[in-house]
Formats: sequence, C-alpha cells, structure tokens
Amino acid sequence: MEQPFAITLQVESSLANHTGSWRVERPQYVNLMPPCNNACPAGENVQKWLYTAEDGSYEEAWRALIVENPFPAIMGRVCYHPCQTVCSRGQLDEAVGINSVERFLGDLAIEKGWSIPVTAPSTGFKVLIIGAGPTGLSAAYHLRRMGHAVTIRDAADLAGGMMRFGIPKYRLPRNILNAEIARIEDMGVRFQMNHKVDNVQDAIDDGFDAVFLAVGAQIGKRAYIPAGEAARILDAVNVLHDVADGDAPLLGRKVVVYGGGNTAFDVARTAKRLGADEAMIVYRRTREKAPANDTEIQEAIEEGVLMKWLSTVKHADAGVLKIERMELDDKGYPQPTGEFEELEADSLVLALGQEVDLSLINNMADVEVRDGVVHVDPNMMTGRAGIFAGGDMVPAERTVTTGVGHGKKAARNIDAWLRKEKFEKDPNPKVVEYSDLNPWYYSDAPHAVRPRLEGARRASNFDEVVQGLDESTALYEARRCMSCGNCFECDNCFGVCPDNAVIKLGPGKGFEFNLDYCKGCGICVSECPSGSIIMIPEKS
Amino acid sequence: MSTTPVKFYQVGSFAVGNRLLPAAAGSVQSDMERTNALTSGHRACQGCGEALGARYAMDAAMRAANDQVIAVNATGCLEVFSTPYPESSWRIAWLHSLFGNAPAVATGVAAALRAKGRTEVRVIGQGGDGATVDIGFGPLSGMFERNDDVLYICYDNEAYMNTGVQRSGATPAAARTATTQAVGPEPGNVFGQGKNVPRIAMAHEIPYVATATVADLRDLEAKVARAMEFRGARYLHVLVPCPLGWGSQSCDTVKIARLATQSGLFPVFEAERGEVVSSTPIRQRVQVEEYLKLQGRYSHLFSPKRRDDVIDKLQAAADRNIKRYNLLPEEEGDL
Amino acid sequence: MFKQVEGSRAVAEAVAACRPEVICAYPISPQTHIVEGLSRIVKEGKLGTCEFVNVESEFAAMSVAIGASATGARTYTATASQGLLYMVEAVYNASGLGLPIVMTVANRAIGAPINIWNDHSDSMSQRDSGWIQIFAETNQEAADLHVQAFRIAEELSLPVMVCMDGFILTHASERVDIPEQEQVDSFLKPYVPRQVLDPANPVSIGAMVGPEAFTEVRYMAHMKTLSALELIPQVAKDFEEIFHRDSGGLIRGYHCEGAETVVIALGSVLGTIKDVIDEQRENGVSIGALGIISYRPFPFDAVRAALKDAKRVVIIEKALSVGIGGVVAQDIRHALSGLEIHQYTVIAGLGGRPITKASLDDLFNKAVVDDIRGLTFLDLDQELVDAEMKREAGQS
Repeated sequence: MEQPFAITLQVESSLANHTGSWRVERPQYVNLMPPCNNACPAGENVQKWLYTAEDGSYEEAWRALIVENPFPAIMGRVCYHPCQTVCSRGQLDEAVGINSVERFLGDLAIEKGWSIPVTAPSTGFKVLIIGAGPTGLSAAYHLRRMGHAVTIRDAADLAGGMMRFGIPKYRLPRNILNAEIARIEDMGVRFQMNHKVDNVQDAIDDGFDAVFLAVGAQIGKRAYIPAGEAARILDAVNVLHDVADGDAPLLGRKVVVYGGGNTAFDVARTAKRLGADEAMIVYRRTREKAPANDTEIQEAIEEGVLMKWLSTVKHADAGVLKIERMELDDKGYPQPTGEFEELEADSLVLALGQEVDLSLINNMADVEVRDGVVHVDPNMMTGRAGIFAGGDMVPAERTVTTGVGHGKKAARNIDAWLRKEKFEKDPNPKVVEYSDLNPWYYSDAPHAVRPRLEGARRASNFDEVVQGLDESTALYEARRCMSCGNCFECDNCFGVCPDNAVIKLGPGKGFEFNLDYCKGCGICVSECPSGSIIMIPEKS
Repeated sequence: MSTTPVKFYQVGSFAVGNRLLPAAAGSVQSDMERTNALTSGHRACQGCGEALGARYAMDAAMRAANDQVIAVNATGCLEVFSTPYPESSWRIAWLHSLFGNAPAVATGVAAALRAKGRTEVRVIGQGGDGATVDIGFGPLSGMFERNDDVLYICYDNEAYMNTGVQRSGATPAAARTATTQAVGPEPGNVFGQGKNVPRIAMAHEIPYVATATVADLRDLEAKVARAMEFRGARYLHVLVPCPLGWGSQSCDTVKIARLATQSGLFPVFEAERGEVVSSTPIRQRVQVEEYLKLQGRYSHLFSPKRRDDVIDKLQAAADRNIKRYNLLPEEEGDL
Repeated sequence: MFKQVEGSRAVAEAVAACRPEVICAYPISPQTHIVEGLSRIVKEGKLGTCEFVNVESEFAAMSVAIGASATGARTYTATASQGLLYMVEAVYNASGLGLPIVMTVANRAIGAPINIWNDHSDSMSQRDSGWIQIFAETNQEAADLHVQAFRIAEELSLPVMVCMDGFILTHASERVDIPEQEQVDSFLKPYVPRQVLDPANPVSIGAMVGPEAFTEVRYMAHMKTLSALELIPQVAKDFEEIFHRDSGGLIRGYHCEGAETVVIALGSVLGTIKDVIDEQRENGVSIGALGIISYRPFPFDAVRAALKDAKRVVIIEKALSVGIGGVVAQDIRHALSGLEIHQYTVIAGLGGRPITKASLDDLFNKAVVDDIRGLTFLDLDQELVDAEMKREAGQS
C-alpha cells in the first residue's frame, strides 16, 4: 500500500517515544507486613496461606502455614486469634475468619494424612527438649526440619502438655491433638515420656549439644482463703488434668470457680459437663477486665455458666462461701466494700494463675530466675551457654500460640548457636494500615459463622463445641482476605495504567513496570486494593 | 448452618481482574493478550482519563468484534496525543478527519463497508465532549437519525482541554474553565445551561445509549460489548477526568470518576430504543462535596469563602439524578 | 446512446455508469436533480449494493464521502454555492488526505445577497483547496468529464471537482450521448485504493503534522496536483479512443491559433462566445477563443503556448475577487508574463445575469481596438450604481 508521507502513520510507531522521561516519581511493588501476620504470636504468614488457599490449593496452603506453625488443627481450635482482632477486613465489614480456615486446613491435612518430610541433611547435632507441651513440640519440629537430632523428655505419659492436661477436650478433641503430635514423631523426633528431668546438668551430660527448657507453668497459684476444715477447695490445673486423665474429681452439685482467666472458664464449663447443676465464676473485677478470651466467656454464658463479677471469696466452708462485693476505684482497681453475702457451693476451684516448677535448674546458678520465671536473652538463651528456655517458663503471654512462637524462635536461635552463628531476623517491613488500602474493590461479604452446637445441648457432654467449616465456606472465608500489603494479582495496576506501562507476567508471576513508558501518574498506587504499590522519588 | 453463597471471588469483585476466574470470564483489560488499541508512547498528560477510557473502550470493542474494527476520531486531545507525526499510538485501523465531523465520517466508513459486503467490520466513532456535544453535534444527530451502523463514543472531560480548558456544552455548573473563570459574584460556569447528549441520543430512539466511567471498567466493557450486539446507531458517553483541566492530582483520575458516580452527579445507566433499561446503583454514597473538593476547578466553592449555596445546588442536581435514574434502589422514595 | 435529457440527468446516468459505491448528498439548487436522479437509480437497485446516504448537511456530505473513500469505496457527491462553502473544511480535508472523491459543483452564486443563479463564485472560492477542478462547456462534456474525473482522481489519489453551470447546464435539456456501461467499464477499472482503512492491515490516517514536515507535505501535494497536467490530456485521449469524441483535456482552442484577439472563458458561456466569434470572423475580425477546462491545476504552459501569438486577450470571468477583480485573470497574467499581450478582464454573468450575444459583440468590437478598460463589468447599470452610491454618500 502506498501511503502518503506524514499524513499516514504506521501503527504503534509511538513505541519509539519513551515517555518514561517525564517521570519524577516511580511506582514500586512492595510486600508489606499485613496486620494479621504482625499480630500472630507464632509468626504465621497468614496472608500468604490464605492467598494460597483461595484457589483451592489446600495442601500448598497448609504447607505454607506449617513453615511457621506445626499445629494448624490445634490452632484452629485453641488459638485466640489476635490476627482477627487486627484484621483490616474488620473495618470494612467483619474480620476474616482466619482461625476457621486454619482449622479447615489442619483437619484436611489430618484427613488426607499429609506428612512432613525432613529434607535438610543431618547436622550431627543433638538437641534435648524438656517438656512436650506446645513450646517444646514446636521447637522440636523446627529443629528437626533443620536437620538436627531431637529428643523430647516429659514427665507425663503422653505428649501435649497443657494442650492435653489443661484444655478440655470439648475445645480440643484428643484425636486432633494426637494426630498433630504424631506427625512430629513421624519426622523422627524421639519422645521419652514418663521421663521427668530433675537436673538439667545430668541431661547435658547425656551428650546433648543444646538443651531447650519448656516445662511450662503447671503449679496452681494458691491464695490464702480462710476456710473451715470441711471446705472442699481444689486447684484448677489439677481438676483439668484429672479430667483429662479420665479421673474426674467430685465437684458436687454447685461449683464455684474463683478467677477470671481462661482456665477458670475451662473449669466452669467442664464442671457443667461433669454434671454440676450450677457452675459459677467469681471474679474480683468486671467482665471487661477479665483476662479470659471473650469467646470463652460468651460460650460459657451460652452454656449456662453463671457470672459473679466484682466479687472476692472471703471465707470458704462446707457448702457455703462468703463473698465480698467489690467496686472499681478511679483507677479501675477493685476495692472492698464491706458488703458480704453467702453463696452455696459444694466445691471451690481456684483458678488464680500458674507458677513454674523451677526445680530442674535449682543447681544451676548461671540460669537466672526473675519473678518466678527464667530470664533469657533476646536469643532465648539462659545465662548458661547452650541452654535455652521458652514458653510459660519465661516472661510471656501464656497461650498455646505464644508457646508455639517461642518454640520456633528458640529453634532458630539454637540452630544458629550450634552453627556458631547468630540468628538475625530480617527486619519487618512496614505494617499495613487500613488507610493504605483501597477497599472499594472488595465486595461486601460478611463473615461466615462457624456452626456451633446449641449451648444447652453441648453443655451436657464433651463433644467439640465449635464445628469446622466445610470446604465451600472455608474457601469463602479465605477469599474474604484483603491481602493487605501484598499483591494478589487483581490486575488493577495492569488495567488502570493510561500508558499501558504495566507488564503482566502471567499467573503467579505478578507484574513489572515498564519504565520506558511509565509517566509516574500514580493511578496504579491509588487503585491498588491492597496497598502493594508505593511511589518513590525518581533519582534526579 | 451457614448459608453463605459458595461462589465468591473476593479477589477482584470490582477489580480489573480476578485470578480465580477463568480467563474468558475476566475483563478485557485483564487479558495479557488485550489489543492495547492505544499503546504506550502517546503524549497524553500524566493520569489522562481519556487515554485510559479510549483503551478500555476500544479494546473491548476489538474483543467483541473479533478484531474487526475501524475507528474514526474527531480532532482533540485524543487525536493530538495519539498521532503526532511521525508516531502513532494506535494499533487499529484509524482515521482522523476533522473536529466536527467524526460521526459523519464514521457513517461513510460504515456505508462503504456495507457497499462492499464487509459487515463483519464494525465502525466506531469517537471524540471528546467538544467534538460530540458541540461542534460535531449536527453530524452526530444525523448519524443517529439515520440509524447508521456506528457506535459513537464520547470521552467526556467536560471542557475543551486540547485548546486550554475552555467551556463546552458539557461543562458542569460552577466549574471553572478558561472561559468561565472563577471571578465575579457567580464564579465558574453558570447554572441552567448545558446539553445532556445521552438523553438527546435516547430521543432519537436509537438501539442503544449508555453512560459509563473509567472508574468502573467492568461496567464500561459490558456496555461496549452490549453496544456491539446491536446494529444501527449506538452511543456511549464515558466520563473521563482530566487532571490538567479539572485541577486534580494525576493519581486521582479513577477515584474522581468513582466519586462522580457515587455522588450521583454522573448517573451511570443504559437505554434501549429510547427507554432506560438499567442503572448502576450507587454502592457507597458520598456527598457532592467529596467529589468537588478534589478538583481545582471547584476550589472557589471552598475558599476564600465557602459557598454552601452553590454546593447545595450541585447536591440538588445529584439528588435529582439519584431519583431520576433510581441510583439508590434500596432507598427508593427516601429522597 | 443518445438521449434528449436534462443535463442533471445526463450527469446522473454518467455517474451511475461509473459504478459508485457510496453516494451522499444534501439538497441545494441547482444540484438537486443530479442526486435525485442517482437516488432513484440506487433505489431501483441498478447500482447493486451502492449506498445512497441522505445526510443532514453538506459538511456531513463531504465527511461521509471522506469516510467512505478512506474505506476504499468509489465515492461521489454533489453540491453548489452555499453548500460548497458549508463543507469547505471537509473539502480541504479530503484533498489533504488524498481521497479520490468526485464531486459535481453545479455552479451558483454565493450570498449575501442570497442568489440561486449561476456564476462561478463557489468553485473559484475553492481554487486553493487542493482539488482538481475541471469545467464543462456542454452537457455532453459534463457527462464525459465525470467519467474521466473518477479515473483522474483514482490514478492520482486526489479529489476532483467537476464544475458545470447551474441551471444553464444542469437544467437544460439537450441531446447527450450517455456513456454506455460497457464503454465506461473498459475505460474505468474498479477502484484500487492507494491506502485504505482495513483491520487486517491497520494504519493511522490523518496524523497531526507540525512545522518540521508540513511544508514538505504541502509541496508534495502541489507536485502531485501538477502531475495532473500530464494525466488529464492522457485520460482525454484514452477517452476519445473508447468513446470517439473529444472531451476534456486541459484547454480547448477555437480559432485560437493566429488570432489577434483571444477570448478566454470557462464553462457554458463559451458556447455564446463561439457564436459571436463566428459572426465576427465572418466580418474579417481576427478573433478566437480559448476554453480553460482544467482550472486546477492551471495549465500555464498550455495556455502560454496557445496565446503566445495573440495581441490581446479578453478574459470573461463569472466570478469576482472583490478588491482585485478577476480571478482567472491572475493566472492568465502569470501564464503570459513577459509577453507583450494586452489583457482585459470582464466580469460577466454574476448571479445569473444573462451574457447575451449582443453584449459580447459590443464588447469584442471595442476590445479588438483596445477601447475597453482593464477591468470591465459587463452590462453594469452604471446609472443605478451612481444613484445608489450618491444616496449612500448623502446619508453618511
């Protein structure tokens, strides 16, 4: 075709015009810290495994999850999910049900029998872990994945620690617990049960290169309560332990539990299940001030557990308690009022917190103890080189998830120490704020509620209270994730660029900016739903 | 048990793409193989809404027409920034003739194609609001009236931007332009003027008339696709913010278009043979102020003295649209 | 085939024989009968899939033609007077884009004052538009020139304006040999566009060109238009071979060679001029005529060669360049520069005023003895003018 000079042009000849030279700022893809990941005591990359689950790649998602935490099925039941408290979605409609998706993945893994191969070559190092609770198991798991030989010693006959002896089975069925522990055992971790370690030094002498102390805090705190001889006063930890052993104590028709923590509520709910007509929580402060998780409180109320807030037990006698009413002062502390009442109670269970049994380090002067817990440095090592400690033994929030996180952190530090290195955690990227997001692009999708047994029905047995999601609802929940601070390939940047300067690399590969043409307008940044693009000044 | 719907594709409900959807269900713009009818290297300003809208619309038309498209362009920004000798940004068959004749030229193209029996090739006329609402309005009306087989797309940025932001028949009330300056007792464009071309198009009872914006790609693409299902004259009016002329930040182009729809100032609807058949409901209603305050052309409404009287009149116009086009169906009768 | 037909009908049938694919038109006297005729032919199905588009204005007519032509269709339209001026922007655009559109201009005066009758003001206004302009002397030539126009347009990829005097030709019923379809088909091959809008081979037509290349673009347009000076005679020759008649070409002399006085004109007035010349020559006056057929491009060399031996030329103009006088006269002066030839410009027939044999006879008698002014308004009512000018002066 003969074309007239200048008037007719060849198509796309403008590619010769590199408009990128106009730019004063350039866009850049970033991976920021989503609030959920930031809040997770176990350091789970929540956004990543939700993202992976969104397309039904459940095994891949599960494997992404267990990089940080070996107990998705347990977590999905007992974790108090601080991730959901901070979830950005909560500001749009309701937080993503992260915990329920985690449970779905965990249960699926058990159902499918997914195992965890140890692919790291053997390091030749031997590590002893004392305590088979969540902290010790987590440390064992991570150390084993790194190629170390791991032995766990625990005084009990079964592994699990507080997960077995503190958490009632209506919250954590034992088949689930056993399955996730068995998976760790299958990795080659050696369990030496019924093996109480009285002296750490002896254990070291057995030829271990490093030791991790994770015996937890299992001794119920005693408070002095004037009591008649016939008063029946029990310790919450022991009650739960005995129930777990199948040796339920006699609590009577009316049970009062003294305390406001999760353990108190576990005991009260357990008492109902053991046949008590009445289980009552007595706590000196208000519901808002109670340390127990709100879900626990809510579920207990649904099950008919009674609450007596702002009350202290002044005296216990057979069948009756003397209670003083408290009131909060200006600073929010409870103060006695001098007003008393009597309360019928066949037994009083004390749930006032737990203490650490420190006998195993009694003879180790260089392992420092402060305020009843072991002092560790930022690398979780005690004053004795090669001896690390974590979980409830050290200053920490005493939850399963925190313990799991400690186990992971300890494992990384033990690994580094064994290699004569120092573990350096990569600095966390900026935590995403809601204002970094463009929520317009997320459609309205309320939280999928996990089905629960009716309160009246469930309180009479130890069946699991909270049921799991089926696949479709789990998928729905996963897809509610806003992927804060991380690209989820929504193609917005690729679409909204007026200069066609975003290159789509294909599924799973993300995008690149074509800086030859990007004029730096910033629409991609404004319209990125997840805040995963930032503008940075162009070097002059 | 929960009754949550199973099919839920959060990742892209309103975004350009969605990695969970099959490719065929994705937007044209999410397609790696999209035409890029208007490709890189064009000389539009940073954040140009018209460049974006033109690519959106033309790529969608190319998909709908199996790549058999000829475009006719009126003079204006789109033409100037896309085809300054020696470089063209178009990747499709494209013709520019004059400012005021694009609809008629498109008619000629369609007539030639029909004469040659090449009706698989579809014709699109396009221009800015000046070319459409004002200078090219006679040919546009003629094209409509004859029901010529042309889809005409107006990229409305509400003034003559190419010549330096002068008022057009599509310039909204109160907006500052170079010929409706923000001076005197009633600064900006006067109230009670202007031309609603979508409604005028509807009055021709042509097969299809629709409005859209660059803020709602899926909607825009669906309308182009729907338009391409018809033969005869069709009209698509696309709101395309202009950072230069509107005094807005280049990064806010899509946002401002969104606020135009969510405030009700720009109703998004479609009509067939003269009757409105659907409107796109407002999802997150905002007051017009949210829209106005991002734009320098309305800055005189906020400083040095806040002009609530003027803002209220603009809000009334938005409220009227909401009622007229039923943009808040759940609040029907609540206005 | 000879027919006694109105000029418009002859043109319509000649255009139809060229197998146009798109015809668009807006009604304006005196062009109406041409497009009415074509409308009927199309409606009757005699032109196959040809599209006849009734547009809303002349501006749209030319714009539709632009679109159609750019899409590779053989395209025709017709207009006159105000209509031509209304489409001017598109007229220039069509030539700038190099689109081989053929348009009939049924020449008519331009208002104000509004006037529907014949003169050449309309097409003269478009002399710089980049269109090839050819003027028909008779209805036969008008019909023939349309057939030639498509060939010229398409060979050069330039638009061609065929000018024929409104009413005088368009509405005159004469015996015309309508070009036969087979003859036209052998003369005019199907249109093969130089460039075309095609999705299979996309290009961007109609770029913005800045100072860096605009001069070159215009220069090349100029050179291409000049090349028509070679093509037009060749096309006329080819036409004669098939149709066996002399039609078209650049210029046509009438007793021009050796004449002391040569009268120059365009269009139908040449017929009257020839009659007067015949009579004067019988009286021994050395006078002839030269018809300009191709006004754009202007055949300088041919005109100079034809006039080089004349002593004087009288240019009969049907248009006025206000403030100067003649329009064609400027070109003649340029063609004859350096030659010792007296040049007289006569503005005649404006707004349809009849150019009578008597007036011409009188004019020529004076011209041959150099007894006229350089610029004459034929049959001007000087008394009326004087009175009105006096009245206006009195009022001021």
